[in-house]
Amino acid sequence: MEKAVGSMLSQIFENLVCLIRKFIFCVLSVAPLPNHIAFIMDGNRRYAKKRGLMEGVGHKVGFLALISMLRCCHELGVRYVTVYAFSIDNFKRSPKEVQSLMELMQEKIDDLIKEESIVNRFGLRIYFIGNLKLLSEPVRLAAEKAMLATAKNSKAVLCICVAYTSTNEIVNAVKESIEEKWDEFCVLNASGAGYGLIKLGGSEGDEREQLIKLIDIEKHLYMAVAPEPDIIIRTSGEIRLSNFLLWQSAVCYLYSPSVLWPEVGFHHFLWAILNFQRNHSYLYKKWKQQ
Amino acid sequence: MDFRDTMQKVYSWACQIGNLGLWIIWLLIHFAVDLWYFALHIACAIESYLISSGILKRYKALDIDKLRYLAIVIESEEAYHIPAVIQLLQWLVDIGVKHVCLYDAEGILKKSKESILGKLNNATLFEEAGESNLLLDHKHITLEFASFPDGKEAVAKAANLLFMKYVKLGGSGKIQEEKIFTEAHMSEALRAVGCKGPEPDLLLVYGPVRCHLGFPAWRIRYTEIVHMGRLKSMRYGSLLKAIYKFTMVRQNYGKSSFNYILLLQVVPHVLLKRYERTRDLDRKNESVT
Repeated sequence: MEKAVGSMLSQIFENLVCLIRKFIFCVLSVAPLPNHIAFIMDGNRRYAKKRGLMEGVGHKVGFLALISMLRCCHELGVRYVTVYAFSIDNFKRSPKEVQSLMELMQEKIDDLIKEESIVNRFGLRIYFIGNLKLLSEPVRLAAEKAMLATAKNSKAVLCICVAYTSTNEIVNAVKESIEEKWDEFCVLNASGAGYGLIKLGGSEGDEREQLIKLIDIEKHLYMAVAPEPDIIIRTSGEIRLSNFLLWQSAVCYLYSPSVLWPEVGFHHFLWAILNFQRNHSYLYKKWKQQ
Repeated sequence: MDFRDTMQKVYSWACQIGNLGLWIIWLLIHFAVDLWYFALHIACAIESYLISSGILKRYKALDIDKLRYLAIVIESEEAYHIPAVIQLLQWLVDIGVKHVCLYDAEGILKKSKESILGKLNNATLFEEAGESNLLLDHKHITLEFASFPDGKEAVAKAANLLFMKYVKLGGSGKIQEEKIFTEAHMSEALRAVGCKGPEPDLLLVYGPVRCHLGFPAWRIRYTEIVHMGRLKSMRYGSLLKAIYKFTMVRQNYGKSSFNYILLLQVVPHVLLKRYERTRDLDRKNESVT
């Protein structure tokens, strides 16, 4: 009997919390809202250490925190969410840890594309961003499968950065735009347009025209699938971008709550949104000036 | 029919009143946030006063050598206020900071380079600083000026340089890829177009919002970004505190790498400049004869 009353009370409480959240989001949406929020999920290992948990448990709790943040974004109507899951620099960690992280990632990716998962309920399209060639075979296959399986979802976009660093992204974009230009020249040459590649290679004066434009490079960035982020949230109190979205974050509000990632909660999210709204007019002006 | 009309009217009224209510609540919430920030501002001002008057002792023991390279980002509209910028730099000299990169998106500071250097009697341009200055006598500061085009557009320029290299090597192929498209080569190309200073350890943002306003992306991979508020309300105490906090966090960073890294980054640059200068001189001589 007592149990039944208890569960009923908790049910009521849950509904009440849900209602309050809905109301708060309703209030927030009278003003401009962010279109793209990015998360640097820092502090999973420290969380496990702090609580005396086994290694790896921190990341599992961190995944739950990610789901709760995704729910917040979904309820508020944020269209793009980006998360920094694994940096290229993380490959330098101990092989055992990398291995276990890869396994966890594969498990979670497989979970995500199941029919009843949050991804399909929210209509999320998943992109895996980064140099996927660096991933182990099974993880890469799982990632490609997930991208294919969610390609028809169109309500919102979730970008998961794995084997990503911003500098690598830039180098890759430069490489691709150079190769594209080269192919263009080869075609022109073959058709006898005579662009004169030899001459091209010879002239190294400063006055030569810019063959590769900024726009070419931007087109080839991995993150070209999403607009620039409006907010970057980095947990554990540090404001370092750690090689994440350096190119895209010129006019982006950087927020760093001092909690570790698994402890991040609704009120942090709320605070980020409030600060974004406070500064929106300035950021918008700067964005237009760019 | 009438009934339906009235119902519709009532409904739309209710909607409007509801929206108005939401607006009022939104304003109230933001008013509370503003109050909070105002209180925070006051607290910071008091703390800063205590620090600069020397009452808080611990800020005196500052291991400034841990801060190898400092970047200052200033909102362009505020960068017009050159006396404030000079005051800020003077404080940095007093604290003992040796290398500073001044950035504003529109290049206002770059344009007033001469007047800033003129007002500070112990400052040299970073590009012109010879190796001797790297050994750093006290109370001397090297300055570097950067603006938005030194970021993304410099990458495009560097890409063109790499393209030339690619063409010379004869197009696609796995070997070429490894030869050209690495981060090291990109850094080198950026240096060749004159836009690759060292990576700052700490970046202080003077502006209304915590964001880096387009500071060259290539250089802020692991840079700590601290928001200092507006330039017009800058304070010595909070500057000292920000630098102090940085040196405390970075305690486990080795000091030995300091000059070494800087040398690696600066010397090729200096040599390049020197080479260009002699080349130009040679050309001039040729044209004379």
